[in-house]
Amino acid sequence: MSPLLQGIITILVGVFGCVGYFYAANLVLDKVIFPARGPHAGRNINRATAVRPWLFLFPAIAILGIYLVYPVVGSFVRSLYNRAGDEFIGAGNYATLSGDPGFQTALFNNALWVLFVPAAATFIGLVVAQLTDRLSWGNIAKSLIFMPMAISFVGASLIWKFVYAGDPDIGIINAVRDVIGLSPVDPVQIPFWNNFFLMFILVWIQTGFAMVILSAALRGIPEETIEAAIIDGANPFQLFFKIKVPQIMGTIVVVWTTITILVLKVFDIVYTMTGGNFGTDILPSYMMSFMFRDDGRATAVAVVIMVVVLPVMVWNIRQAQKEMR
Amino acid sequence: MADLILKDVVKSYGDVNVLKDINLDIETGELIVFVGPSGCGKSTLLRMIAGLEKITDGTLSIDGQVMNDVPPAQRGIAMVFQTYALYPHMTVRDNMAFALNIAGKSKDEINAAVGGAAEKLQLGPYLDRLPKELSGGQRQRVAIGRAIVRDPKVYLFDEPLSNLDAALRVATRIEIAQLKEQMPDSTMIYVTHDQVEAMTLASRIVVLANRGIAQVGSPLELYERPRNTFVAQFIGSPAMNLLGGKIVGTGDITTLELADGAGQITSNYPSRSEDMGAEVQVGIRPEDMIATEDDNYAFAGKVDITEALGEVTQLYFSAPRPGEDTDTVIAKLHGIHRGLRGQHVKMTGAPDKVHVFRDGISLHHR
Repeated sequence: MSPLLQGIITILVGVFGCVGYFYAANLVLDKVIFPARGPHAGRNINRATAVRPWLFLFPAIAILGIYLVYPVVGSFVRSLYNRAGDEFIGAGNYATLSGDPGFQTALFNNALWVLFVPAAATFIGLVVAQLTDRLSWGNIAKSLIFMPMAISFVGASLIWKFVYAGDPDIGIINAVRDVIGLSPVDPVQIPFWNNFFLMFILVWIQTGFAMVILSAALRGIPEETIEAAIIDGANPFQLFFKIKVPQIMGTIVVVWTTITILVLKVFDIVYTMTGGNFGTDILPSYMMSFMFRDDGRATAVAVVIMVVVLPVMVWNIRQAQKEMR
Repeated sequence: MADLILKDVVKSYGDVNVLKDINLDIETGELIVFVGPSGCGKSTLLRMIAGLEKITDGTLSIDGQVMNDVPPAQRGIAMVFQTYALYPHMTVRDNMAFALNIAGKSKDEINAAVGGAAEKLQLGPYLDRLPKELSGGQRQRVAIGRAIVRDPKVYLFDEPLSNLDAALRVATRIEIAQLKEQMPDSTMIYVTHDQVEAMTLASRIVVLANRGIAQVGSPLELYERPRNTFVAQFIGSPAMNLLGGKIVGTGDITTLELADGAGQITSNYPSRSEDMGAEVQVGIRPEDMIATEDDNYAFAGKVDITEALGEVTQLYFSAPRPGEDTDTVIAKLHGIHRGLRGQHVKMTGAPDKVHVFRDGISLHHR
């Protein structure tokens, strides 16, 4: 069977299967289990109404349970076992982690990523959104800045490998150094700062996301409040930082935390660019280096990542819900 | 303090003139109301005075200083917006203090100004609240307070009551009138489409229509001596009836024959000898219509509908009339009149209440 046909059949079965499930389940509930007739018609209607939401939620809860909740619990349990998975060692993996300099480096680097990438992407996105708002060619500029969003992290890393390439005929950084007579360097091997060269790739990708969301938020600010501030004597900087930015603070927080969560999940860039060498490891790439070799430690790192992401996630969802109201 | 003069002011977007030949002298202490139908440019004119819209041609001067290219903040104006335009992230106090903070005023000065305005507007208890915690009327008072603290020469109001419900609108209208009395030296320009607001608040009304000023005058001047048929029908509710007719006698008193009437009626508007025989429009306000049994009357028709409101009874006469393209004729009689529906009634107007328009312009204003 051709993949195209397979895809179409999957879609049809999926969509009509859902519709069929909802229709059939509803019918069974109303006609067979709690029929709205007989001596208990009123009671039956009430019971059917109470059961119906659970009936409709069941597929989603079941699938999320199998593919999301079970792996979380399973990973946590696995992290309590040894390398082979046949001996319970309690917090042993976590103890090993905390003593491992590699883990400490990854944790420290991850902290840098979490601080720098969301801040830089949000700030640049905000400034670009404001600057392109009134330009005639602003939409073209926005499209260009948004485009990296469509590139996979691995693809983006490959592009930046060229930018950072050591050969002055390929890498733009070394081309510039060549012109002013400096010898070539490999940016991803400069200790400490190489982290920022890697982070910049993610900033390059995520700025477009921040820009699009913040641009919409800026346009949502009532024009009158801006005019009132102009009459009150605010200059363009005061207008931006005292009137506009505070009014879209909720959106800024949502963008910021959304990027933060993404940062805690990204391993592709580090994996592609350095493979975690030269002191650039972060938690996800550190985890990858143990996967299939020591699943006990890998799952322990996964649990650590989840614990770190969780509070940001909760805050993010709260803010997003507040924005919607 | 502040004389505001508009001279030959024009506003155009590309080739389209939205306002032209605007000439207006506003004296210190006046409360001027711009009124007109939607799209007549009244808000645009206000925004040009504020500096939010460029003036295409002509000059705007305040206190003798040309303001065309002066930034809004330095014009000595303050504006109150229809949507209040409060800064949602600032407390009432910070909203009012914003302009003074920007101007770098001292803390004591700011506190004194904000405190004074809050007292004037009874906003004291709300100073530390956010705008979203206030009612519509309170928000509008904060917006007015924000204007007051700047102590401007000219206050600009852009339909400030449109977003309030009917009861609050009346209350806030009265508050604005009282505010004006407390500040006799400040000039106010007020835009509205509501003629009741215009009539009750204004020291002078500017009626805008057809991209220009139709008439400027005190509320009662506009009511008693409208310059043209537009103002005649715009001011007063229901609108003035316009009836087709002909001048048959000229002089200090004009004698008229009306298409839907019989015999002759007179108007106290004087006419010239060359008006003899001219086709004119004769205007009588619904409230000036009098039922008559006389053989000379302005209008006769069958009463289609009556509306008894107790205090007045409104009669709607059958329309359209043959060969005439005017609205339904309406008469508003004082008190209760029973059994008029379906009757054939003759109506006329007292000579001092009969307006005569030749080519759309009142004989009084030629």
